[in-house]
Amino acid sequence: MIELIQVRKTFGNQEILKGISATFLPGKVNMIIGASGSGKSVLMKTMVGLIVPTSGEVLLSGQNFQLLDEDGRKEIREKIGMLFQGSALFSSMTVEENVILPLKMFSKSSKSEMLDRVNFVLDRVGLTGNNRKFPSEISGGMQKRVGIARAIVLNPSFLFCDEPNSGLDPLTSIKIDELIQEITQEYNITTVVNTHDMNSVMEIGDHILFAHQGEKCWEGNKSDILHSDNKTLNQFVFATQFLQEFKETRGKRI
Amino acid sequence: MRFFYHFGNYLTILQRVFRKPESGSLFREAFVRSCWDIGIGSVGIVAIVSLFTGMVTTVQTAYQLVAAYIPKSTIGAIVSDSSILELSPTIMTLVLAGKIGSNIASEIGTMKVSEQIDALEVMGVNSASFLILPKICAALIMIPLLVITSELLCVAGGMIVGDITGILTTDEFIQGARSTFAPFTFYFSMIKAFTYSFFIASVASYQGYIIQGGAREVGEASTKAVVYCCVIILLSDYVLAQLLL
Repeated sequence: MIELIQVRKTFGNQEILKGISATFLPGKVNMIIGASGSGKSVLMKTMVGLIVPTSGEVLLSGQNFQLLDEDGRKEIREKIGMLFQGSALFSSMTVEENVILPLKMFSKSSKSEMLDRVNFVLDRVGLTGNNRKFPSEISGGMQKRVGIARAIVLNPSFLFCDEPNSGLDPLTSIKIDELIQEITQEYNITTVVNTHDMNSVMEIGDHILFAHQGEKCWEGNKSDILHSDNKTLNQFVFATQFLQEFKETRGKRI
Repeated sequence: MRFFYHFGNYLTILQRVFRKPESGSLFREAFVRSCWDIGIGSVGIVAIVSLFTGMVTTVQTAYQLVAAYIPKSTIGAIVSDSSILELSPTIMTLVLAGKIGSNIASEIGTMKVSEQIDALEVMGVNSASFLILPKICAALIMIPLLVITSELLCVAGGMIVGDITGILTTDEFIQGARSTFAPFTFYFSMIKAFTYSFFIASVASYQGYIIQGGAREVGEASTKAVVYCCVIILLSDYVLAQLLL
């Protein structure tokens, strides 16, 4: 479980996060949505410990990351898997080397056990037989899958995905969404996804937090989101033509 | 103020660099790869620059020493001493700062802007140590070896061109080189090589590590790395000469 308690972050005079509180539960796909510049990425980087909050607390399984010593932080970080927007794969390493890296760093397993685990997670994300390829030799969708495989190879308790569908075609986006949802439920991971893709939200969002100008503007689930009377949320959600039509239909029903 | 900020930040990052690597096998892999990139990858340019530097030094020294009472072997002494004392350890490392420095800064900078360094940090890996330490260790071994290679090639280039053009014979060159050679000259060149190696690897890595932005900033960092490395090499060249000679 992840708890955010009045998290604030200021860069110079600019307050990016204005006291956000939320709870993200395990086994659920928790989504943070919002327009560009709403503070989503800063919030996610604060949760994974890349950014230190100006005030407030981020609790991962009840532990405040900022109050831990180096060993404690390392222990927590080993439980975190993250899929980056651009996949962030190491370009000089093959798919297998990318996925095996966390195991080499932190696992005491033998090499054959590590390779078995790598092959298992690659199989799980549908990339069997691509071990020897370099990131430049595979598609964007496959790179995201490798990113997911690397994120889950250490059996994490927390999975963070920063805009997992950016740059992908709709079909591949759906596949990546399904994969994230399946993995979350299969391993009972607390998953947090940063996105502004409403298709993803409606597909896999169990719990949704809408951020606007650094504040939590709305919180709920995917069935609530379409019937909310929050004006700012509606402006964001019904920006697409498809959902605009839904809104009109909804209006007629009401 | 910016200088003090960067100097403090550089020392803070160095403090993170010199920590025990999380994985010995990954450190060894990265170290061997860095040795290959820095050492073997630079042999070609070192060979070309050194040979030509030695050749030109012989020709120009001969041009300036026109007096008949100066023995021709003096050319050998001047070429070998200046090669070992200054041309190879300083001029060659300036060339290496351009090649290795820009390479390191752009490699680490690209990793920074493509979030690969963030990915390491999220995994719990000390990214500074993981990325920079193998490069510093490799530079400390390979650059002095390149400087020794350069010294040999520089002297050889001077000797060969002297013989071919009839400026002085090989025997005269060797006689001159041996007459003034002092072991301390070589030790001094090694002290210079180690000092410059550390600065090239660490300053270039720092420039790459602190990048924020995109491709343009990677280019800027690469240029800054080369400029700062060159200035630091020249400054420390003077300081070392003043202190040790």
